[in-house]
Amino acid sequence: MSALGRLARKIAIRLRGERFGGELDEEMAFHREQMEQELQAGGMSTEESRRAAMRQFGNATRMQERSREVIGFRLETVVQDLRFAVRQLRRNPGFTVTAILLLALGMGASLAIFAFVDAALLQPLPYAQPNRLVEVTESLALFPRGNLSYPDYVDWKRMNSVLSSFDVYNGTSYLLQTPTGVVPVPGLSVSAGFFRTLGVQPVLGRDFHPDEDAVSAPATALLSYAAWQQRFGGRRDVIGETVKLSGSPVTIIGVLPASFAFAPRGNAAIFGSLQATGECATRRSCHNLIGVGLLKPGVTISAALANMKAIAAQLERQYPDSNRGQGASVIPLAQSITGDIRPILMILMCGAGMLLLIACVNVSNLLLVRSETRRQEMAVRSALGASRVRLARQFVTEGLMLVLAGTAAGSLLADAAIRILHGMIAKDMLDNMPYLRGMGFSPHVWMFAGAVAALAVAVFSLAPLLRLPGAQLRERLSEGGRGAAGPLWKRLGANLVIAELAIAVVLLASAGLLTKSFWRLLHVELGFRPDHVATLEVGLPHAEFAKNEQQVAFGRTLLDRVRMLPGVESAALTTLPPVSCNCNTGWVRFVGKPYNGVHNEVNDRQVSAGFFHTVQAQLVRGRWFTEEDDASHPKVVVINEAFAQKYFAGEDPIGKKMGDTALKPDSLRTIVGVTANIKDGALDSEEWPTEYEPFAQDPSTYFSMMVRTAQDETTILPELAAAIHQMNPGVGAQDETTMTQRIHDSYSAWLHRSAAWLVGGFAALALLLSVIGLYGVIAYSVSQRTREIGVRMALGAQQSAVHWMILREAGWLTGIGIAVGLACSIGAAELMGSLLFGVRAWDLPTLAAVAAVLGFSALLASALPARRAARVNPVEALRAE
Amino acid sequence: MGKADLIPGTLDMLILTTLKRAPLHGYAIAQSIKRISDDVLTVEEGSLYPALQRLLVQGWVKAEWKKTETNRRARFYTMTAPGRKQLGLEVSQFRQMMTAIGRVLEDAEEAG
Repeated sequence: MSALGRLARKIAIRLRGERFGGELDEEMAFHREQMEQELQAGGMSTEESRRAAMRQFGNATRMQERSREVIGFRLETVVQDLRFAVRQLRRNPGFTVTAILLLALGMGASLAIFAFVDAALLQPLPYAQPNRLVEVTESLALFPRGNLSYPDYVDWKRMNSVLSSFDVYNGTSYLLQTPTGVVPVPGLSVSAGFFRTLGVQPVLGRDFHPDEDAVSAPATALLSYAAWQQRFGGRRDVIGETVKLSGSPVTIIGVLPASFAFAPRGNAAIFGSLQATGECATRRSCHNLIGVGLLKPGVTISAALANMKAIAAQLERQYPDSNRGQGASVIPLAQSITGDIRPILMILMCGAGMLLLIACVNVSNLLLVRSETRRQEMAVRSALGASRVRLARQFVTEGLMLVLAGTAAGSLLADAAIRILHGMIAKDMLDNMPYLRGMGFSPHVWMFAGAVAALAVAVFSLAPLLRLPGAQLRERLSEGGRGAAGPLWKRLGANLVIAELAIAVVLLASAGLLTKSFWRLLHVELGFRPDHVATLEVGLPHAEFAKNEQQVAFGRTLLDRVRMLPGVESAALTTLPPVSCNCNTGWVRFVGKPYNGVHNEVNDRQVSAGFFHTVQAQLVRGRWFTEEDDASHPKVVVINEAFAQKYFAGEDPIGKKMGDTALKPDSLRTIVGVTANIKDGALDSEEWPTEYEPFAQDPSTYFSMMVRTAQDETTILPELAAAIHQMNPGVGAQDETTMTQRIHDSYSAWLHRSAAWLVGGFAALALLLSVIGLYGVIAYSVSQRTREIGVRMALGAQQSAVHWMILREAGWLTGIGIAVGLACSIGAAELMGSLLFGVRAWDLPTLAAVAAVLGFSALLASALPARRAARVNPVEALRAE
Repeated sequence: MGKADLIPGTLDMLILTTLKRAPLHGYAIAQSIKRISDDVLTVEEGSLYPALQRLLVQGWVKAEWKKTETNRRARFYTMTAPGRKQLGLEVSQFRQMMTAIGRVLEDAEEAG
């Protein structure tokens, strides 16, 4: 008979619940009646027969109980256990509250972090076939994932045999004409099949027709749900309406679902069809697109990559001038979207896990100590007939209740922590992490909580079980529970404390290294002064500002106007402000230097004449731009030191000429100055070669304005936007902020800051918990050794000797803990990889500081019990026997 | 003949045997065992009901409420197919045991 079948029948009987007792009663009553009748038939009186039957039948209640025992899971005894557990826990509120708090802390931290891990890494993209979606891009030596050019995309799409659909997008910003003026709205320019590839259907209207991105097709666009609600009042008749986007009429054809978001540009409000117009779309060397493909069923990433690489190689042979070195990259779309948040989440998950581990170790230690003091209770219960299983079950029940309470409190804590952590992420960063939107207690998180809780119950019931009295039962009873701590416990407890201290060291060292990295990051050589600089981005409508002269004229007037504002010291334009990215690159070739066709990739920025002065960059050689360097004068260029070192090592670059890969005459420029490196890319990035060209010689419709002020730069922000709108209400102004804020909000700063703060928080808690753990072990050891200490003192041991003895015990544990921890933390730091900046894993000052902090805290924690030990009165200690 | 205690472990087998012919209620089972054994075997009520619960849990018997001949409500136990198999097993084991014990006793008598 299978145990499962038995269990099922037990449950079936149980489910009938109350009726079980009733049935048994009735059945027995019937039995007694039958007996009475028989006895009466034999000549007994009613009264006599009833008594005889009762006598023979025996104790009905006892029988009921025995019958119940057969069928039950001994629910009654479970209830007994529960009641007893509650009584035990309430009798010792200090222990209970401490244990629950410890658990809540560990659980809260790991649940909160896991909620992020779940949202970012486990939950697939909110699209139809997330596992088959890939990001397809070109690949270069400098950019493992570089943009596609339109002609390359067309060829890749036509020639590949691995994708069932292949589309491209390009993040953009549209100037939307509204009744109150022009507003810049973030958008995405997509090829016609984009939404079909993702597997997303509009909730209103229609998707693009397959050929709607043809140059001849009328311009159409879809709206995000949020944009539809906010900008168009959720009107259903918005479909078919024509709006003006960046000066051109575009027809709205559909609205996307509220749940839809495309992470690379999560705040995109308008999705326009990507039409291959403009000079860039015809040039293989103009890379501005990112591909999204749907793998054919059964095709692996590596097969797709091989296919794309082969195509790229073929194109490289066919078009050596433009496609030299242009390989291919195919990665899962999910990875491309959450890839940059992955390392920090992993680190945090490890940190939270370690904190949880420390918390569990502490609770186990508490339980061990408690089980030690309950040996007598267990021995008595065992002597009175409680089976080993029953005693074990008592521990399981108590562990279960602790964990349940801890998990409940931990969930509340996690909920609060999730809110706080969510709030720590800047708004526009959150826009690009739409997967964090619905974050919280998902089924995955509950499952994780359940698994952790189950594990904790197992550990907590196992720990005291090790102490269950076995054969030496009588010995225990007679011992009166006053013996020395069992060697097993002593060893286990001590080992647990060492583990705890080691984990604390790892967390402290990690926190130290991360904090140092963050500090280094904030003090990285920027090459300019970010304070007192206000910035905002300006977008000129293409239709109105099609000609270069118009763009230059607007820029000049704007700067003149802004310079008149009170408090403005200087103002300048740049196509990309510092601390953005090593991107927007161009290829250069030098007159008079051998050229083998290699693409010399350099950052390419167009800046107005006052730029270097406004950001206060350092001139190394030559001169800055002047107002003279405009379209009517010879083309000039300023390069940075990294550029000079890479391409003009050992020679003077001033006066040298450079141009595009073909050295076309109109691309030639003369190098007039060398600037000290200005941090163009992220704070933690390397310095790339950068060329700065005069805005007046190569303007653009989209640029940033940088304004240096004498007073607090935030006060001028509203005036800047107002000045632009006064000049031309059709021009968009957005992202008004300060340079310091920009740096503060930049991704690398955020990443390092949050890593340092969170791991620092974990480390502080870990330090506290492990020191409490050490205190507990030493204090308990002292209390158990009172008799021994008494004997020692009676035999003439000095107070200082006893004091020293206890400190030495604690010192050993701490020493081993620190040594193990330091070894582990070097390994852990190696794993942190890119999160460390300007700091080595074996950064000695940090490790020494960690060892000192932990050693000192441990000394404090053990000083108290050591003092108590030294004050033991030998007479009292021995009389207590 | 006086009353004898049951050989330990045989109660389940005896109950199942009585249920072989027809479904019976608890009282009838006890009576039947007593009668057939010529009053030698007495089933204690204190053992009978826990044993019946055990058999229910094992799935060897089923129970249902029915009317008796005297129109009283009583709980009738019926043997199930696994119960029948179990009975066969227990009987054959018991027989083996008895034969073995018998041989040991005979051997002792011959020697004596």
